[in-house]
Amino acid sequence: MSGLKIKVISRNPEDYLRATKRDIHKIQRNYDPTQHPLEAPREYVRALNAVKLERVFAKPFLGSLDGHTDGVSSMAKHPNRLSMLASGAFDGEIRLWDLTSRKCTRNFIAHEGWVRSICFTPNGQTFTSAGDDKTIKTWKSEVENPDDEDPMNTLLSMSVVSGVSHHRDKPIFATCGEHCQLWESTRNEPVKVFKWGVDSLHHVAFNQVENNLLASCASDRSIILYDCRETAPLRKVVLELRSNALSWNPMEAFMFTVANEDYNLYTFDVRKLKQPVNIHLDHTSAVIDVDYAPTGREFVAGSYDKTVRIFETLKGHSRDVYHTKRMQRLTCVKWSLDNKYIMTGSDEMNIRMWKARASEKLGVLKPRERTALNYADSLKEKFAGHPQIKRIARHRHVPKHILNAQKELRTIREKSKKKEANRRAHSKPGAVPIVPERKKHDVKEDE
Amino acid sequence: MKENTVLRKTPRYFDNNDENGSTSKTTAVDKVETYNVVMKPHSKWVRKKLQIDEPKGKKNKFPGKAPIDSKKLEKHSRGDEIGKGVRHPIHALKLKKKEIKYKYAQEQAARADILLTENAGYLQVDEDHRTTGITQKAIAENVDITAATKIFELKLEFGPYRTKYSRNGRHLLLGSKKGHLAAFDWVTKKLHCEINVMESIHDISWLHVETMLAAAQKEWLYIYDNTGMEIHCVKKMDKILRMEFLPYHFLLAAVNEYGFMSWLDISIGEVVGHYNNYLGRTSVMTHNPYNAMVCLGNSQGVVSMWAPTVKKPLAKILCHKTPLTAIAVDQRGMYMATSGVDRSLKIWDIRNLDGPLQHYKLRSSATDLDFSQKDMLAVGLGEVVEIYSNCCTQTVEAPYMRHKMSKSICNFKFCPYEDVLGIGTSGGFSSIIVPGSGEPNFDAYENNPYQTKTQRKEAEVKALLEKIPPELITLDPFEVVRVDVPSLKDKLDAKSKLLHVKDKKIDLKIKHKNKGLSNIARKKIIKANARKEQIKNTLEAQEMLDLPERQKPTQSFGVLDRFISKNK
Repeated sequence: MSGLKIKVISRNPEDYLRATKRDIHKIQRNYDPTQHPLEAPREYVRALNAVKLERVFAKPFLGSLDGHTDGVSSMAKHPNRLSMLASGAFDGEIRLWDLTSRKCTRNFIAHEGWVRSICFTPNGQTFTSAGDDKTIKTWKSEVENPDDEDPMNTLLSMSVVSGVSHHRDKPIFATCGEHCQLWESTRNEPVKVFKWGVDSLHHVAFNQVENNLLASCASDRSIILYDCRETAPLRKVVLELRSNALSWNPMEAFMFTVANEDYNLYTFDVRKLKQPVNIHLDHTSAVIDVDYAPTGREFVAGSYDKTVRIFETLKGHSRDVYHTKRMQRLTCVKWSLDNKYIMTGSDEMNIRMWKARASEKLGVLKPRERTALNYADSLKEKFAGHPQIKRIARHRHVPKHILNAQKELRTIREKSKKKEANRRAHSKPGAVPIVPERKKHDVKEDE
Repeated sequence: MKENTVLRKTPRYFDNNDENGSTSKTTAVDKVETYNVVMKPHSKWVRKKLQIDEPKGKKNKFPGKAPIDSKKLEKHSRGDEIGKGVRHPIHALKLKKKEIKYKYAQEQAARADILLTENAGYLQVDEDHRTTGITQKAIAENVDITAATKIFELKLEFGPYRTKYSRNGRHLLLGSKKGHLAAFDWVTKKLHCEINVMESIHDISWLHVETMLAAAQKEWLYIYDNTGMEIHCVKKMDKILRMEFLPYHFLLAAVNEYGFMSWLDISIGEVVGHYNNYLGRTSVMTHNPYNAMVCLGNSQGVVSMWAPTVKKPLAKILCHKTPLTAIAVDQRGMYMATSGVDRSLKIWDIRNLDGPLQHYKLRSSATDLDFSQKDMLAVGLGEVVEIYSNCCTQTVEAPYMRHKMSKSICNFKFCPYEDVLGIGTSGGFSSIIVPGSGEPNFDAYENNPYQTKTQRKEAEVKALLEKIPPELITLDPFEVVRVDVPSLKDKLDAKSKLLHVKDKKIDLKIKHKNKGLSNIARKKIIKANARKEQIKNTLEAQEMLDLPERQKPTQSFGVLDRFISKNK
């Protein structure tokens, strides 16, 4: 036949096969959707697998730092060396740790009685500790000669000292006890004393961004804000129960979170103290300590219920919960400055190291591994709302005492909810308004 | 704003040395030039404008990315943009950002089309000729040697053969009514195994890899490996007539003589769905690759679609008024072709099951139908195979190709990723070339004809990890990513769980309002309408009669005329 033109698919195998055995395989791709049928259910199954694998690989516990002979009372992280950690115990001993080798590099008795608080200076060369013996001692971080083992400076306070926090760049630090006192490292007397008719203060923290601002927690259930340039305290927020610790958000200088005795954590905005920005529920006992991640997106809280919980700043419930059989009441928690690890100190003399993200792979990732993980992450995000995936992602095994306590708290909460709803149903419309959780907690603001 | 800027020549260090320079300096000072420069507040932009003095008419050297063909973009589209009705600004922004990402992905995929190495086949003749008459001999003479080897015939003596290609189009499975079972790599013609099972074989199927194959024999289903060794005898599935393998679900769907449907999960060996379809004996079966539903055609001319977890058909359609002879569904799950004993061939839009798109009348009733990857439809008519191209969207008059044989056709399948149609006949197997029927570019992560053994093993593990559970077989495969809107019943159930709320009594049964009226009412309306009509007519007639009366001159009362009532 005239004008006959035929083309037939005829592939040369050489174009599709590798030339030698040492070569990589040739992979021909075609992104046409008809070549990839059942896209949605396959993605769903991949997401399900990814979320299951995440739970399989969730092994957050890295190791414990063993050495203290009494419960750990306080910890401090070095401002520019990731591997260094200082910890103080109830027997007055201070230990310095090398986290990479998980060994104690130095230990000495610093105080008689508790080491109430430790804090590094911004350059990291020295650190200050405050103890029950009313002394504030400054120590060198590195020991080069035997003289360095003694305190560089010892200050005697007239009253008890229970907390210490250093200014970001000035040689000033604040202590709390009966009053909030500002010290200069060269002077023996406090530079300034802030008083607001309070029995005692038990925690103080300098804001590291808006660096003249500091806040302290008082025993009369209040949180007091100070400006170190002023002579008097700025303002005060009174909560229902006492706050145990306070941590400033390192990225949003106006936000801080307090760990409260009423099992909750409260995030406040200093510009609007009337009501908390967010309430973080989930602990089943008093929350003892809180520390922000350097990203400011998350924080870690240690509680008296023997668990550590990680919260997202914008969410009301915890993202993860860490516990071990042997870990007792938490006394202090710290989030490492590389945003990867969490250190917790507890009653039973151990400091524990955890991963900040439980299923994260430590170490260097190969590019293909990285893309696979990124793909899994985006799939998890895409299908996060599906009941099956949500259930697996949310499931955490907790010890029985926590489970029982959670159940109890749930029934209590449900009971009050039900009662309120019943009252609403049987009274005039609008007489019993719906109050959001944030407004329920009685907060008073004083100036 | 600056105006009247005086420009002076700045003194240079060499001006003093050069005498000629000093003369020029005086001239420069004498000559005062005035510039009117209007500076706007955004002086930065003005300066920029002044700097660039592009010669007009010259093309921009770097016009940016090359434009993408809108057809290609459409091919990679995942649906329209969403998020129009989202009220909350944060969520709206989130959706918008996501849409940008989707759009980017779509564009990148469309751009990647340039990397595809192969082009689709075609068959062209002069304008006054038709391609129908081109024989396989002519094709074999006009194509290269390797392609010509794809035309071959196997003369086998064990009666009508059924054939199936493996998913990557590399391997071929033959099973005869008289028990002959053979598997081979049809490209290299290397035989894997050849046995006679000494029983009738009703249907055959490859499983997920080419090392396993299933044969529905007289009594039970048997699974063999590629050496012909019997691995399993599945007695849960008996007297099977037709089988289909769903590769992404690892399900072997089958229908037996008594109308029982069963889905066997071949990865765990469990039957995930087994029920009676109450359609009676039917051997017209296919599966929809778009949503993995099984389509069954029965002797009443009804095509029904089945999923393993629902014991009723999810969709039903009356296609013909006579018994069905064959069904085929295309790759994209858009078109379904059905044929009945009334010699008709109808093309349906599966996603919108009303009215056939095309209705053809054939010379005789079709024995088998099959769609190729490029939507060509092969129709078996006794001893002839006719291949139609583009027959779904438009009505075609003549087939694209026609192939005659001297034996009756049993079944045929297009070979994936090749321009080949394999025909199982009563006298063996023959393979013919159909240019332009196969997809030229494969995706090696889905199906790879050049797969090595290690790649096959790797792919098998990956595929098993991604096995889709049978519950996800639905009419719309994208249902799993759609928003789940709770029904009224779900909402009521959730409310009744709250202990403080009394549950309202709502009858959830749908009341079918009588759309038609009762006979009496209908009669009343007809009567009323008739009455109205009659009145209207009489009025009109009266008016016509009245008109001349009104034109009569009336008696005048002078000024008092204004009190006479006016006629309308």
